[in-house]
Amino acid sequence: MVLGAVTPNLMVLYDFRHAILSTVTFAFCGISLGICLGTVFAFLFRYNVVRLFCAFIRAIHEIFWAFILLPVVGLNPICGILAIGIPYSGIFGKVYAEIIQEANQRPLQGLPAKTNRISKILYGVLPVIYEDIKNYTSYRFESALRSSAVLGFIGLPTLGFHLEIAFREGMYSEVSALLYGFYLIIASLRFWVKPRFVIGYLAGSIILISKEISLSLENALRFFTHEILPWPMRKNGILDGTNELSFEFQELWEWAAGLFATDGLEGLWQTTVLTQIVLATTGILTLLSFPAISHHFIRTRLWRQLGHLILIVCRTTPEYILAYVFVQLLGPSMLPAIIAITLHNFAILSFLTGGNANLLKLRADAPRKRINCYLYEVLPRVYSQFQAFLFYRWEVMMRESAILGLLGIYTLGFFVDSSISDAQMDKAMFLIILTACLNMGIDSISQLVRKRLKVSIKLTTAC
Amino acid sequence: MIELENATVSYADKPVLHNINLRIAEGEKVALIGPSGAGKTTLLRKMHDLEPRRSAFIHQDHALVPQLSVFHNVYAARLDEHSTLRNFLNLIKPQKRDLNSIIEILRTVGLEDRIGDKVANLSGGQQQRVAVARAVHRCPEIILGDEPVSSIDPKQSEFVLNVLLTAARTIVVSLHSVHLALQLFDRIIALNEGQIKFDLVSSDVGNEQLQRLFSF
Repeated sequence: MVLGAVTPNLMVLYDFRHAILSTVTFAFCGISLGICLGTVFAFLFRYNVVRLFCAFIRAIHEIFWAFILLPVVGLNPICGILAIGIPYSGIFGKVYAEIIQEANQRPLQGLPAKTNRISKILYGVLPVIYEDIKNYTSYRFESALRSSAVLGFIGLPTLGFHLEIAFREGMYSEVSALLYGFYLIIASLRFWVKPRFVIGYLAGSIILISKEISLSLENALRFFTHEILPWPMRKNGILDGTNELSFEFQELWEWAAGLFATDGLEGLWQTTVLTQIVLATTGILTLLSFPAISHHFIRTRLWRQLGHLILIVCRTTPEYILAYVFVQLLGPSMLPAIIAITLHNFAILSFLTGGNANLLKLRADAPRKRINCYLYEVLPRVYSQFQAFLFYRWEVMMRESAILGLLGIYTLGFFVDSSISDAQMDKAMFLIILTACLNMGIDSISQLVRKRLKVSIKLTTAC
Repeated sequence: MIELENATVSYADKPVLHNINLRIAEGEKVALIGPSGAGKTTLLRKMHDLEPRRSAFIHQDHALVPQLSVFHNVYAARLDEHSTLRNFLNLIKPQKRDLNSIIEILRTVGLEDRIGDKVANLSGGQQQRVAVARAVHRCPEIILGDEPVSSIDPKQSEFVLNVLLTAARTIVVSLHSVHLALQLFDRIIALNEGQIKFDLVSSDVGNEQLQRLFSF
């Protein structure tokens, strides 16, 4: 594996150019869908039903969405685009609404009172929030590229598909080339993703994928009206060949309770345990590592840049791919998941906390010895922001913990995967909804904790 | 034109205006004077609420969109009179007919060469002149100005106030400069602690009254 890492077979980047293009086009179309729907949700966010809906759809990981959508739309680009677009619309809905809410309202008061709503938005809202929206959306595009790449692991034609094959066949030079190619795409984003080019890219992406789209309305209808409905509702119809649905509360309750008591409870427990371990390890590792990129502690610029490079690699590599590598190395247990999620999250938090530390101007009487300066000057001053970042990521860690079950770790994803393998979509849906509920629960607790600790972060921080 | 009868305004149970009785006739040029917190802004807002369509309001903090250009901020004064499509097109690229009329207005406040600049890049005084240009562009019957020249030097203040005085038939502005108020306006209304202390033709305002007003 190490040999493969230092001898990348760059030719595969040409061979798999379609996969690279698909990764980018899925991300473009998916995020565009997310932006469009998210904007609508943002303007309707004052309604509780919209808030709840956004919380629900963003609580389900892109891979779970792909699992849900595969039987509906088949293995084609629409599946990947919707799998990215749906949860991202929930994320954008929430974040855009909060940006609008926190935006300066004074310009609106300067507009004539009878101005229609659209013109008010054009002149009094959009210009004010544009910069924040642009920064947050471009950060999210990087995440969408990661999601798009990972969707290949479940069969969509993106980078992950070829990465998985290369991993499985032990072709590590190909693996490293694909990963380096992916890093290059992410690192070069700022040079080729410009607002003025976006429409062109989107049009190009739509033209590219439109050739591969095939939809069966019958399949979609059957899926929603039959396959995902609980087995007790379908049982009688299937047994007597009429396919009619029946509703008996007692049977339904027993089915749900049974499922919850077995797979549900086990999955919830394992997911929660993994999430909490990762929360702790990420916190500790962040506190230990952020000085590596801070000029208060590392005087040599080259060493700080090396620290940055390590953080960028850890942050850019999707946690699913990191976990995949560690599962190959260590076998399926909680350890690879802990290492993968910790590495991915600590890289983000360390970058943000180190950045905050760099903004500090040390007091004249700050301790000179580095360890004392760390303990008595810098750490106390960055600690509350660090807590805000950490608890903000808590919900994300939980989403990641659940999904890593697909690699054989007994979190909720494992049970969802098993149910799908057994063609029990009703069971899978039940467990996915359970995952979403756990995620929404953790999100609420995280908000409470942050409120208690009186810590907050700027909404558009790349966290 | 504007008539207030026993107008009382309170914020959080704290009265700001008490039983104000006031009539502003068409064509009057009125200056509101008085110490800070006297209720001048509240009185102007109250007048604006009575005549929102016929009046243009100049906010003390300008209420401009700093991210937009000078052109867009001035154009925004008449958003309610134009179609959404025209507003949209002007946001993307200023249309010739609107551009020409706005250049003319900006010329009167000495900002025609800054028409394409972002308002955020202008000085406080320049921003205030943009706010004045916006009010003028609305072609209102009444201009209500809340300290419209507070960030402008005295020489330019007189110039800008003269622009306002010719832009609308009726004008009511609050001013900190008593000198400018007496020099340029026909009628002076003095406010303190939410009450009208005197309401006189400017030539009748004497030093004694002014000293009493500001010695509270």
